[in-house]
Amino acid sequence: MAADKHYKSLMKSMFLIGVVVPLIPMVLVSGIILYQSRVSYKKEIRAHLEEVIQKSTEHIDRFLEDKLADISMMADTFNFQQLTDEFFLVEMLNRLQKHYGHVFSDLEVIDDEGVRVAYAGPHKSENPRHLKTDWYREAMSTGYVISHMPSGLADIPFIIIAVRKNKMEKDWVLRTGIDRDVFSRVVKETVTGRGGSAFIIDRDGQYQVGSIHHIDHGERSLMDFLGITEGARDIFMVQRTDGSGHKNIYVTGFLKGGDWALVYYQRASEAFSGLIKTEMIALTVILIVGLLIVANTLSLSKKMLRRIQQADKEKQKRSEQMFQTGKLASIGELAAGIAHEINNPVAIMVEEAGWIDDLLEEEEFQESKNLGEFRRALRQIRTQGERCKEITHKLLSFARKTDSRIETIRLNELIEDMVTISAKRARFSGIIINMEIKKDLPPIEVSPTELQQVLLNLINNALDAMEKKGGILSISARLEEDHVVIEVSDDGVGIPEDNISQIFDPFFTTKPVGKGTGLGLSICYGIIKKLGGEISVRSVIDKGSTFCIRLPLKGSGKNNVEEASRILNSQQ
Amino acid sequence: MYPVKILLVDDEIPFVKTLTKRLSRRELNIITAFSGQEALAQLKKDPDIEIIVLDIKMPGMNGLRTLEEIKRDYPLVEVIILTGHSTVDSAIRGMRLGAFDYLVKPCDIDQLISRMQEATEKKRRLDEKWPD
Repeated sequence: MAADKHYKSLMKSMFLIGVVVPLIPMVLVSGIILYQSRVSYKKEIRAHLEEVIQKSTEHIDRFLEDKLADISMMADTFNFQQLTDEFFLVEMLNRLQKHYGHVFSDLEVIDDEGVRVAYAGPHKSENPRHLKTDWYREAMSTGYVISHMPSGLADIPFIIIAVRKNKMEKDWVLRTGIDRDVFSRVVKETVTGRGGSAFIIDRDGQYQVGSIHHIDHGERSLMDFLGITEGARDIFMVQRTDGSGHKNIYVTGFLKGGDWALVYYQRASEAFSGLIKTEMIALTVILIVGLLIVANTLSLSKKMLRRIQQADKEKQKRSEQMFQTGKLASIGELAAGIAHEINNPVAIMVEEAGWIDDLLEEEEFQESKNLGEFRRALRQIRTQGERCKEITHKLLSFARKTDSRIETIRLNELIEDMVTISAKRARFSGIIINMEIKKDLPPIEVSPTELQQVLLNLINNALDAMEKKGGILSISARLEEDHVVIEVSDDGVGIPEDNISQIFDPFFTTKPVGKGTGLGLSICYGIIKKLGGEISVRSVIDKGSTFCIRLPLKGSGKNNVEEASRILNSQQ
Repeated sequence: MYPVKILLVDDEIPFVKTLTKRLSRRELNIITAFSGQEALAQLKKDPDIEIIVLDIKMPGMNGLRTLEEIKRDYPLVEVIILTGHSTVDSAIRGMRLGAFDYLVKPCDIDQLISRMQEATEKKRRLDEKWPD
């Protein structure tokens, strides 16, 4: 159905607006906040990692320098003769190992020819020649060296520390080896408690020490993979995906004057776990809030749609009623128009009849044997003209009933108006009108048109009752608590007891045929009931009748269209 | 007490003509007008008019407006409303505008004449109080 479709699309748009409007700012704001916190958190992590690496490189550098200082001091403290004594050298090694543990793996004294002079350590049997090695040459030229063995074999010392000394114009070199496991431990120690791993490579990308698992740099060289460029000296950080598909961050710092690079690496998920946790919580909250918004909007739109549907139904009902009332109103207008259009020709007919009657006075007609019949016929025309007038009068009062707008009016004025209209007729019939209306009556809420009609009806009835012999018509109005009581009394013919119970019934009349339609009092009854009041009558034959109306000061609230049309319908 | 001159105002010409004949037969002095404007014109040139019988529903200037103008310019002339269009509302408005009475067509000629007499009495009384 078209209406269903309309409601569905209404529901859809209400729902969409209800969801989108709060969600957009929420998503925007939380997105911005999340992004900002991610940036600052990453910055913080980066700074922290860089600091760790900075400290680690310094620590490793200091460790090596300390060892160099130890050897240098030993070479300064003892002379060539003492140190070339093998027992002494073994004693020295023992002392060093006692002090520092197995940091120093051996001690060796080498002459200027590169030939071993004395040795203490595990590789005694060998008699290596050092003349052509890089570290020996460097030690001879610069005075000291901290170097690594080019071949990382496990059973020979890993790092070589050597100092050159002079003995009577002949240079000699004191060398020691740093244990690979010990150095490896030193490197590890620097990053313990952080969850990642560290290793050292040299400038050529050769692995030196530390743990280097999980690094699958594929086609690219390790240096390229880590982003290490020629001449780089500052700490930097890169993020790479390794062979197993994990994202890692790599922080590289340089030590030993740039010869080595210390690389610290960690799973990105681990490094940013705090951030990820925060983001997860935030996203969960956003999701929950979003779901709440959706659910809430859904129920709200449903509720709203029900209201709208209900309102539409009511509106339709109302407009049907309005249509009904409008129809009645236009019937009323039509009735008013017809009344006028009929009264005028009827008036002409009656006047013409009257004219004939006038002419019958002429002498020539007095002889006619049908004179009596003429007069009777003319009287009949007049009577029927009156009857037409009566009917149109009722039609007009029916037309007026459609105007039932409630207004606040002053009762005094309304009653005076009605009396003014009726005054001449009363005087014509020799009736005195006696008014007893309290001056301080409060304004009341009624439909003035309807109340006018009621009063005019009652006054006309009273005048009819006294038409023949005259009398006194009393109209009184007074306040009784929250009601106004209006009484219209006459001292006319009165109403027989049998008729009193039917007096407010539609079409009940005691007037001769053609005189009344019997609608007057039933219309009064309907109007007064609708205004929330009561109408009653007491009457004594030949003494007169009193009609009593009680009206509430405040409108009864019954004045809705339904009620009005119900009453109208019942009187049709 | 009979009025010197009566002005009948109604757009229903046959009604006016017949009523004029009937009233003239009763030796009343009648002049006629078929619209509000015509009535005002008649009133202007004839100061003898004492009573006006006025219809309400007329094309052009309606009876109530005509009554308003009459009462403004000639407050001492009495106006009896005689109309087929009888509503309580128009009756109230007519009375408030100063009409002497409000009668509904068709109206008994004796009743009409007696109202004219009453109106004339009232007018004469006021004339004495306010001589020009």
